Parts: sequence; C-alpha cells; structure tokens
Amino acid sequence: MTTHLTQSELPPGAAGGRSGDGVPTGTGSRGTRILGLVALLGLVFLGLIGLWASPEDRIQGNLVRILYVHVPSAMLAYLACFITTVGSAVYLWKKSRWWDLVAYASAEIGAVFTGITLVTGMLWGRPTWGVYWVWDARLTSTAMLFLLLLGYLAVRRIPAAAPVRSKRSAIVGLLLVPNVIIVRQSVEWWRTLHQEATLFANGLESEIHGLMLFAWFVGVVVFGVIFAWLLIHRFRLAWLQEQIEEHGLERAIADRRAEADAEAEISGAAEAADPSPTEPGTDSNGEAAR
Amino acid sequence: MFRDAALIAGKDLRLEARSRVALNQVVPFALLVLVLFAFALDPDRGILSRATPGLYWIAVLFSALLAIQRAFTIESADGNRDALRLSGLDPAGIYLGKAAAIAVQLAVLEVLLGIGVAVLYSTHLAGWGLLVVTCVGATAAIAAAGTLYGVLAAGLRVRETLLPLLLLPVLAPVLIASTRAFEAALSGATADGWPWVGLLAVFALVYIVAGVVGFGPLLEET
Repeated sequence: MTTHLTQSELPPGAAGGRSGDGVPTGTGSRGTRILGLVALLGLVFLGLIGLWASPEDRIQGNLVRILYVHVPSAMLAYLACFITTVGSAVYLWKKSRWWDLVAYASAEIGAVFTGITLVTGMLWGRPTWGVYWVWDARLTSTAMLFLLLLGYLAVRRIPAAAPVRSKRSAIVGLLLVPNVIIVRQSVEWWRTLHQEATLFANGLESEIHGLMLFAWFVGVVVFGVIFAWLLIHRFRLAWLQEQIEEHGLERAIADRRAEADAEAEISGAAEAADPSPTEPGTDSNGEAAR
Repeated sequence: MFRDAALIAGKDLRLEARSRVALNQVVPFALLVLVLFAFALDPDRGILSRATPGLYWIAVLFSALLAIQRAFTIESADGNRDALRLSGLDPAGIYLGKAAAIAVQLAVLEVLLGIGVAVLYSTHLAGWGLLVVTCVGATAAIAAAGTLYGVLAAGLRVRETLLPLLLLPVLAPVLIASTRAFEAALSGATADGWPWVGLLAVFALVYIVAGVVGFGPLLEET
C-alpha cells in the first residue's frame, strides 16, 4: 500500500517511526521482513514435520495431522480475543489510539484464526465423527466466539466519527472476554447435562508420541510468529488508514487549490501576453466562474 | 442514583402508556411469532408443547429486541440524547431507569406470552415458583445487557441491523439458562432448574455493573 503521507505528518510511535526506514510507503519494515521470512521457513518446517516426519496416530491415523494447524489457531484465536480486551481497556483508561488500533487489528486476525479453527475442526470432524458439526461444548463456544468477534468488527466499521467509533468498539471489546467466559461456561453446562464425555478426552491427550508433541509445539510457535507478523502489518495499515481519514480531506483541498493556482497563473500569463485591453472586472469574474 | 432511575423509568413508562407502541406493536408481534412457530412446526404431533420453553424464550428475545430499539428511538428525536446529558441526572441512574422500564414492559409481555403458549400450544404450566423466578432473572438479564448494547447502537445509521448482531450472541447464555430452567419446571424436576436461575442472576449482575460503569462514557459521545 502506498500513501502520500510524509514522515512529518506521522506522530512519533506511528508506523513510520517504528519501521525505521523513513517514509512509510508500505506497512513492512526490516523487522517484519525478517519476521515474515521466519514465518515462511517455519511453515515449511511445520509442513515437513507435520506431514512426513511425525508418525500416524494409533486411533486417528493421518487425521491427527490437521490438529497441528487446528490447535495452534484455536489458541491464538483466544489470545487475540484477550489482546482485544486488554487493548480496549487501555484505550478507555488512557485514550491511547495506539492500543485502540492494536485491539482492532487483533480482533480481525482473531476472527480469521477462529474461522480457520472452525473449518479445520469440521474437516477433522467429518471423517472422525461422520458429521461436520456436533453440538459439543467446545465447538459451540468457538462458534459463539466467532459471532462475538464479528459483532465487534461490525462496530469497528460503523460510519461515524473516529472517537465515537473507537469508544463504542472499546466498550464492546472490553466485554469480549467476559462474554466469551460466560458463554463458554453456560454452553459447557448445557452440554454436559446431556452427555458426559467430551470429545477430546480420549485419543488426543491420552498418549502423545514425542515427535507429535514436537510437531504440535512447532505449530504453536510458527502460528505465533504468523500472528505477530499479521498483527504488526494490520496495525500499521489501520494507522495509515486513520491518517488518510484525518488528513485526506485537507490534502485533497490543498491539491485542488494548488491546481487552481497553477491554472490561474497560466491564464494570467496568457492575459499578460494578450495585447488587447481588458476591463478591470474580467479577472475577478473569471475567477468566480471558475 | 435510584431517584434518577425512578424518574427515567417513570418517564419511559408514561411515554409507553400514552403512545402504546409496545402494547400495539410489540405484543402482537410476539403473538405472531407464536403463530409462526405453529406454522413452521407440525401442531398436531405435540412438538409445540414439547418445544414450548425454547419457542417461548425465542419469542421473548425477538420481542425484546424491538422493545430495546424502541427505548432508544424515543431518545434519538429532537436531540433528546443531549438533553439527557445536560439534565444533570446520574448516567448510572439513567441506565438503571431505562433498564427498569424495559424490564417492566418485558414482564408484561412474558405474562401475555405465557398465556399464549398455555392456550395455543396447550402446554400445561407447572412448577410456578421456578417459572416466576426464572422470568424475573431472565428479564433482568435481558434488560441489563439490552440497555447497554442498545445505547451502543443508538444514534447510528446502522442501529437496526447492528443491535441483533451484537446482542443475540451475548444473550445466548440467557436463552440457554432460561430454556433449561423452564424445561425443568414444566417436567416437574424443579431441582434441576435452580442452578440455571443462578446463572441468570450472575449474568444480570455482571451486566448491571457493566452498565452502571459504562453508560456514562457511552452517553457522552454522540
């Protein structure tokens, strides 16, 4: 993404200030490029470990491999949710726009990871249970988390002035973790009254092969790095968007003014070159017509 | 705070008594939902009476959305929001007052809907103590959370579509708890229902506290 903003217009601590390479013409910096490279290499490594090196599960067979993606994304979804609530709280407390945008960026990435969790979970569930969806406590509460995050993102996108939007979404974000806890707890009671065993009780946690545990650990680390990379980029993008919202109109007006001045100069020069006498009012009339 | 709450609740209820919007529009809507359930589910096989707790609370939730929208529509005209802010009333009091007014309207609606399911679905109502306490808890929970999210969505161009998206996932525990408690009451196993009433009470308390603290800042911004 390119913008016309210059370093001077960005407050300290903004994307440009943090990127360390002068004018922010994008959301990348040396740090994020290294982070991105680490994430890519990590993904390749995770692929090798998860798909080849690690053994099949005794009960689940090859299906266990999907969990190397599923479990880390679920963990990060909850982490993202937590960051959003913390960011919202700090915003309400200190009115720091930085934290406000961190909360926003985190919620959006959290929604993506929750979506990945749900999709991979369904892909895993179809061969395992024979259906894509069961009304298990975990599945249901993850789906509710997804809907709560979508609600937060809907508030972020309301067409309103920036402070209004920030404050309202901060209140929604602040209530996000309490809501997730209440929903999770109630859904758990709801389901456990009907069926005793949870689905993960046997098979996954009972006995984990060393290499499988390692693959799972690599998955958590790699997804953590991806999360950090996405968060930094999304945050910088949000920051730049806010700058455009703030300065975009001023800048457009200044540009139009400059254009008008340039035209006036050209026509002024043409009039000066024209030897025919003009009435005194012409100039201002011409200006008004324009 | 409580004097201010009484003032606001009195104002909202007087408005309702004179305009009768909830009575003439929200209550018929709730009854309509009951009839629609009968169309959607086969009324001859006893599904309706078995599913009464769920259908009843879904009807209450949908009607509550309308009642909450209405409670904030009356504040949106003629700069009423600014007037409220300048009135010198305690924001926590305003919150409690609006929630109380919504709760009173919901309570009336729940009684009418109860008669509705007893007549239309031929549900035999039993376990009265649990039924009434569940209604009180759920009403408080819906009103407390609804008022907080209602003011969040109020004054926005997208409020009608935003409020259900925000509020319904949040109210999911209330729906679960009140439905289970009703099931327990109707099936005669009242002992199973009381833990759910506890959940309703905790939910209502959490949201009343959140509303008392958060309503002021939300009212300030327009």
